[in-house]
Amino acid sequence: MKIIVCIKQVPDTTNVKIDPETNTLIREGVASVINPFDMYAIEEGLRIKERMAGSEVTVVSMGPPQADIALREAVSMGVDKAVLVSDRKIAGSDTWATSYILSKAIQKISDFNLILCGKQASDGDTAQVGPGISSWLDIPQVTYVKKIEKIEVDKAIVERMTEEGFDIVEIPLPCLFTVVKEINEPRLPSLKGKMKAKKIEIPIWGVDDLELDEGKIGLNGSPTRVVKIFTPSAREKGMILDGKAAESVNKIAALLEDVIIG
Amino acid sequence: MVDYLLTEEQQMLKELAHQIAEEKIRPVAKEHDETGEFPWDIMKIIAQSDLFGVYIDEKYGGTGGGVFELALVTEELSRACGGIAVCFAASALGTYPILLFGNDKQKDKYLPDLASGKKLAAFAVTEPNAGSDASAIETKAEKKADHYVLNGRKQWITNGGEAETYVVIAMTNRSKGARGASAFIVEKGTPGFEFGKKEDKLGIRASATRELLFNDCKIPQENILSREGMGFIVAMKTFDCSRSGVAAQAIGIAQGALELTLEYAHQRHQFGKPITSFQGIQFMLADMATELEAARALVYSACRMVDSGAKNVARASAMAKMYASDVAMKVTTDCIQIFGGYGYMKEYPIEKYFRDAKITQIYEGTNQIMRGVIAANLVKELAKKK
Repeated sequence: MKIIVCIKQVPDTTNVKIDPETNTLIREGVASVINPFDMYAIEEGLRIKERMAGSEVTVVSMGPPQADIALREAVSMGVDKAVLVSDRKIAGSDTWATSYILSKAIQKISDFNLILCGKQASDGDTAQVGPGISSWLDIPQVTYVKKIEKIEVDKAIVERMTEEGFDIVEIPLPCLFTVVKEINEPRLPSLKGKMKAKKIEIPIWGVDDLELDEGKIGLNGSPTRVVKIFTPSAREKGMILDGKAAESVNKIAALLEDVIIG
Repeated sequence: MVDYLLTEEQQMLKELAHQIAEEKIRPVAKEHDETGEFPWDIMKIIAQSDLFGVYIDEKYGGTGGGVFELALVTEELSRACGGIAVCFAASALGTYPILLFGNDKQKDKYLPDLASGKKLAAFAVTEPNAGSDASAIETKAEKKADHYVLNGRKQWITNGGEAETYVVIAMTNRSKGARGASAFIVEKGTPGFEFGKKEDKLGIRASATRELLFNDCKIPQENILSREGMGFIVAMKTFDCSRSGVAAQAIGIAQGALELTLEYAHQRHQFGKPITSFQGIQFMLADMATELEAARALVYSACRMVDSGAKNVARASAMAKMYASDVAMKVTTDCIQIFGGYGYMKEYPIEKYFRDAKITQIYEGTNQIMRGVIAANLVKELAKKK
């Protein structure tokens, strides 16, 4: 089984600050990590590899040159190969352009049965790149996969998480899954993996290597326009009434009276 | 911080052990301390991260380091839990006799599974009447046609019951005293080999300490390590390597305790100020940090000496073990003092460090025996000069 895992390097924090002047993320002093959801995709790739002899896992990331660090971290977990897609001309690409570029990189790798992505990135939160890649490649997809029940070279049966429960989906391969955190618990790196990660050659593919259509990439090739980014105003803290039910009912009534009648 | 000029690989395994300690061990340390449940989940994580093989040759699946690499990992794991760390370190203690004295066939058979962490090892010397005096061992190994028959009882064996591979010291010729002891590899499940009670301990409670019972237990002849009469040498050479491991455990425990104490003292306010602003506390912290660093420097030096292939390392290993464990006891005692009343309460994590530290002054040779080794070594050296 040849597996490709797409990963993104994101700022490591749950409370990224936004510069109120420029409306952009303040990245200074914030460490970068692999997008947490992508960690589940890497882990699932490695688990399939361990189950099926002769398997190989390749990670692909599109980003600035320092995304190399995220790829090496994936190698330290046990991934076999890594490819970085990086070029000044692709900076500013939106999800449409990004999924186009990644699909071209995957076509260049060519030999694959399965593509795994995290359900979304923790910084952009769009959940569009995974599905976008499958569209560009014209292969089937299952999003929000929470369990791979069975997988063979030509088909798989998976559980897809929904709001009420889950669907069981049978799908032909090659295909693409985006995975949710319920699927597994990502492993820590291994010493041998870390040693390999130190040495591994990671090719950097640019616009020319991928023969990209320059009209579909970068800020200019992206149909999305970010009009404004702002921090929503914080919600006021709620109130918990933990007295006896009868007392609480009276209190609620009084509070409602204040709000409605004033 | 003092820079110990670690190699890139040493730095890597130290970071990895640190990550395991922080993300996986620290959150469960209290629970294991309370229940005494063996930390198999953590052992599996350590195994998956290749750390069981850091001191074992690459041809057996290790990463080819030595005692120093083992010490670095043990120290980092001990920062989060001395009990869980000793489950890891005791496997090395049981592996070293095979690594040092095993023939090719024995190494091929046992080392790969120990290096991968698929199996744990244990080392069995101590008996009810043979602690510091190893020559008083009563467990017997009687030679028959193509096998030995083991009879006797070993006590306080770390990883007992959990390990698959045991190295057991038994008497093959009692009349020769210490020179009549031999070392055997005994596999769990061998008929006549059973486990006695699991001990309820003051500290390192996550680890398993059990009796080993041998009742007409047949051991194939090929399982003897080195040759008959070498048991005592096997034990001493093993301890030369493993004592640095106990020393590393001690500095890890002390380091973990000191970090928690510093953090506590910084946020604890009395008389309107953080207590770190009081000289009485400052001097204690400074002494602790300095003595700990001195211990670490000694331990690392001893490890590097062993790994360099130096012949007589008994003194350095004994010094490292003795000094580091005494420092750990002193540091953890003072840490409780700084925590004050809170330090005495189980609700706070610091009293566990104090309980875990105590064993490092006792096992793998009490610190009194260590002083004996050191002094004997000094006198011997003097006699040579004259």
